[in-house]
Amino acid sequence: MALLRITSPHTQRAGHRTSWVMQMVILATLPGLLVQTWLFGYGTLINVMIAIVTALASEALVLKLRKRSLSFFLKDYSALLTGLLLALAIPPIVPWWLTVTGVAFAVIVGKQLYGGLGNNPFNPAMVGYALLLVSFPVPMTQWLTVSELSLAQQTLPFVDSIKTIFSSGIANIDAYTMATPLDAFKHKEGLMSEEAFASVKALSQANLDAMLWVNLAYLVGGLFLIYLRIITWHAPAAILAALAVISGFFFIIDISNAATPWFHLTTGATMFGAFLIATDPVSSCTSNKGKLYFGVGIGLLIYIIRTWGGYPDGVAFAVLLMNFAAPFIDYYAQPRTYGHKKAKKGLKTGANK
Amino acid sequence: MSTIETELNTEAEGAETQAETPATTGPDYSEIIYNGIWKNNPALVQLLGLCPLLAVTSTVVNAIGLGLATLVVLIGANIAVSLIRNYVTDAVRLPAFVMIIASFVTSIELIMQAYTYELYQILGIFIPLIVTNCAILGRADSFAARNPVIPSALDGLMMGLGFMAVLVILGAMRELIGQGTLFSDMQLLLGDVAVNWKIEVFTDYPDVLFAILPPGAFIGLGLLIALKNSWDEKAKERAEKNKADTEAVDRRVRVTG
Repeated sequence: MALLRITSPHTQRAGHRTSWVMQMVILATLPGLLVQTWLFGYGTLINVMIAIVTALASEALVLKLRKRSLSFFLKDYSALLTGLLLALAIPPIVPWWLTVTGVAFAVIVGKQLYGGLGNNPFNPAMVGYALLLVSFPVPMTQWLTVSELSLAQQTLPFVDSIKTIFSSGIANIDAYTMATPLDAFKHKEGLMSEEAFASVKALSQANLDAMLWVNLAYLVGGLFLIYLRIITWHAPAAILAALAVISGFFFIIDISNAATPWFHLTTGATMFGAFLIATDPVSSCTSNKGKLYFGVGIGLLIYIIRTWGGYPDGVAFAVLLMNFAAPFIDYYAQPRTYGHKKAKKGLKTGANK
Repeated sequence: MSTIETELNTEAEGAETQAETPATTGPDYSEIIYNGIWKNNPALVQLLGLCPLLAVTSTVVNAIGLGLATLVVLIGANIAVSLIRNYVTDAVRLPAFVMIIASFVTSIELIMQAYTYELYQILGIFIPLIVTNCAILGRADSFAARNPVIPSALDGLMMGLGFMAVLVILGAMRELIGQGTLFSDMQLLLGDVAVNWKIEVFTDYPDVLFAILPPGAFIGLGLLIALKNSWDEKAKERAEKNKADTEAVDRRVRVTG
């Protein structure tokens, strides 16, 4: 049985304070950040910088308005982590104001308006992501591709990255961009899966490998967090298992049109969402059993949204939807209290009568 | 005989339960105005009629269009209900009120179809849906059915204005954030005079779909309610502080006296 040393309230605990947890999660994103930078250019790094500055500034602004201690709350690194996670999730070449809007919304509306860290019902980074995806679908679905596949035969140079992010962009940006594998697969327009993988450029092996590397990097970060016992294996394992099972089921049923479970596990934000987003201690379920249900829900929703939804990837919406359900699941997944024969289930209304 | 009984009944009921029945000294007009615009605002406090409020406030012109329609229906329904209030029995009062409201809404719909056809098309189903706006039935039942004509008309006007004000503010917020403009397409409502009213607040603005879509309306309304609540709280604090000050003065006077 994994004895987690971190429970709420996440403020003061000798040696394992919130700031330590947040720092470790930030550390766990580093492999992913490095791989994304290596494969897709400097855009991600620049976005991370913008996002961190915005996150800290918005957090400071709201703390000041709410008359809370600035240094105490800024030093817990939670705002910084929110900004970082959002910056990793968005495409590397979005204009700067888009990052600023998303991060500010995530921190101010997604977190602080609900009462700050520990009170937010939704994962703030995903709230920001959902806002951006709903508001600006075009820039939010424009991804860079790896150097072998791009017309320019290189990743976007640093100067050009700066130009695309901070000014109106460069003329030949199309030479660097391409649909993500998930996007391309969603819009294969009547092609059989096999034909699509053979003929669509965005679905060629180099692009798939790139997504595989990104996902592996986040997997490494996630395993590091499990090793440190900051997160438990329950939610990520349930997500990956549920996604594998449902995609496997539909792959067997309709082998010519569906994608393999391997494709679903290694593209898009699967690992990122499973290990870094769904394991948020505040907005996910509390008990281990609850985390399993929570994860299964996310896994199923990811597949459903990816396959039949309006957007290419569904991790953000899946997590937000299950965040809605988390308090409900918690009522039905309470562990047995010591000394009681059975675990309590559900909310007993009028129990005091 | 029966009407007198009903009247007595309603009045007795009203005196017990409703603070909005006329006092023996006659209706308090400033109270009605304050209630409609601020204290009991249908959109911000009663949270009634949210469906049109959230659905059509994507631009100022839509908001004004629907706000005006609701305003007219509110005044008309309140006057009509107030006129017949002594002649309908309790058992059939709600169907009667709904009939009155529905006929006003139908007239408004026909008028809008005749004079502001494009706006009529944009607002679509939400014009007939004014019938189901709980704010209107609520005012008819809780105020107009218990008060004379003139206070009822004033109540309808003020409630309608309060509702419209929130609609317009929300519409302006969403239009500004969503498209970066204000007062676009005003000619749909006001004719050719208003063709040039459109203000481009931000040029070269990317459309923020979030504000135009329903979630933007929910968040915008939430912010407005929060703003009103914080304003009220501050006013209350100030009032209490003043009271405390005067009390302190009184005490000192008494002690020295």
